[in-house]
Amino acid sequence: MSRPLLQVSQLTKTFGGLKAVQDVGFNVYEGQIKALIGPNGAGKTTIFNLLTGVLPADSGSAQFMGHELMNSPTHRIATLGVGRTFQTSLLFDQMTVLENVMVGHHLRGRANMLTASLRIFGAMAEEREYRRTAMAALERAGLAHLAGRPAAELPIGQRRLVEVARALAAQPQLLLMDEPAAGLNMRETDEMGRLIQQIRADGVTVLLVEHDMSLVMTICEEILVLDSGQFLAEGPPEEIRSNEQVLAAYLGAEAVD
Amino acid sequence: MAANAETDAAKDAPIENEALREARRRRMEKLQLLVFFAVVVALPLVIRNSYYLHIATFIGLNLILATGLNLLMGYAGQVSLGHAAFYGIGAYASGILTAKYGWNAWPAMGAALLLTCAVAWLVGKPTLRLKGHYLAMATLGVGIIVSVVLRQWVSMTGGPAGMKTPGIVTFGWELASDMDVHYFYFVWGFVFILTVLFANLVQSRPGRGLRALHDSELAAQILGIDTASFKVRAFVISAAYASIAGSLYAHSSMRFLSPTPFDFHTSIALLVMVVLGGQGTLWGPVLGAVTITFIQEVLRPWAEYDIVVYGLLLMVLMIVMPGGLSRALSTLWDWSRGLVLRITGRNRGGEGYE
Repeated sequence: MSRPLLQVSQLTKTFGGLKAVQDVGFNVYEGQIKALIGPNGAGKTTIFNLLTGVLPADSGSAQFMGHELMNSPTHRIATLGVGRTFQTSLLFDQMTVLENVMVGHHLRGRANMLTASLRIFGAMAEEREYRRTAMAALERAGLAHLAGRPAAELPIGQRRLVEVARALAAQPQLLLMDEPAAGLNMRETDEMGRLIQQIRADGVTVLLVEHDMSLVMTICEEILVLDSGQFLAEGPPEEIRSNEQVLAAYLGAEAVD
Repeated sequence: MAANAETDAAKDAPIENEALREARRRRMEKLQLLVFFAVVVALPLVIRNSYYLHIATFIGLNLILATGLNLLMGYAGQVSLGHAAFYGIGAYASGILTAKYGWNAWPAMGAALLLTCAVAWLVGKPTLRLKGHYLAMATLGVGIIVSVVLRQWVSMTGGPAGMKTPGIVTFGWELASDMDVHYFYFVWGFVFILTVLFANLVQSRPGRGLRALHDSELAAQILGIDTASFKVRAFVISAAYASIAGSLYAHSSMRFLSPTPFDFHTSIALLVMVVLGGQGTLWGPVLGAVTITFIQEVLRPWAEYDIVVYGLLLMVLMIVMPGGLSRALSTLWDWSRGLVLRITGRNRGGEGYE
């Protein structure tokens, strides 16, 4: 295992009296697929929101490649190389599928409002280049035939794929995926699992929140279990599977099978 | 219905076809705009009556204003309730610099543009950092302040009585006040340039950034878009469009400025133009500007009541036609095309292979 890409320590967040995240710390290493699991209300999505600057943390730190993420604005965290997909895919519904992926190129582009409207200093060449790479990305995801469709028309499974393609267009180092298999059928879940492995093979580290245990157990090297905002256990799937505390708190009857 | 038939066909079609179709759709939009401007260029050959030419010129000014406001409302998702103020600043800054200080109209227009952008930036910067409709509130205030200043600062603006302004002189050649045709082409030349810039912007990296934040600010931020700064820029650009329209108005063939056209009711008329035409579309501002300019002319004898008409229009539009005229027309077009195709029994399945 190489150096930690993300070092989270003593992260804490309370909503009123509720301690949503309490003193949580963990590392994510480069090239890993790591899962964050736990029963509802364990604070998984809250951790994602803290890491991406959507919510301010009460205390604690998260170092990403030497940069402190806590209390940085969301767009700056994206600039550092952290991507994210959402539990319910947040697509730009009024844009086409192709344009959605092209927004993913935003960070890599240079055209500003002046050069773009005057079409000078390579703005056109850049536009053509991104149109081409976005189309290629859709092709790889098997969505090329939908390129010109408004995103609002897609069913949930395809929305998720578009969202992943869009997140990857930004070329992140670390991709946070919030329940990538939620709402997918079994075949689509299998495909999502393969896609996540492919994403890792392409050099992107993945941290995911997921309820589908079979998916988590198949693709992850390491699992972090949270319960009521607190650290419960951490380790490889086989260890977590037999951890009694985890069984009691979360897996229950499902794990006995 | 029609959309389904199209995608079914596209599914079996080679992938390059989809990219081609996309490119063709964009080319089509460009072609429509070119046809529109060709018609505009030919208009003075048909319209000899100078009153109608005057109205056509005003459609051009309103179109510039509506295009700017459309960028803000339809793309950046923010509302300005005082856009006439920026129109007014552009007009009076340009008018005062030429009439009182003897500037040439061109540098005066440039100075007016800078001043308007600075004011917009000062208003937008603090308010657009906040979530919610604070910009609407702030612009409402700016509208009231500007309208009061134009009326009260008599030594500069001439107050409610108005002020005379000189025409535009370019390298010694002046746009004569009795040549409505020249002025018509002059204004529509600006409309053309500003529309092309707008169309280019919308189909570009920063343009997509703007449209993205309209749909989901969070998703835009996650992709690295500084949404607050984008909103400020969109607001400044929309104010710049208003300023240019104002400067053009200041040196129009009337050679006269008074505070009334830059009042609250113009701000509302602009709002209705954008909503009526269809927010966030290329054609929306055109349809809105044409319709509202005509309504303004028809209502001229009862000018105090025009705001009632706008209010009613806004209400009815929101309920009946929230997508505006451009969306309604394209739905109608799709529907009638489907009907014709069904009657003639032609199968649309082959379209993807054209």
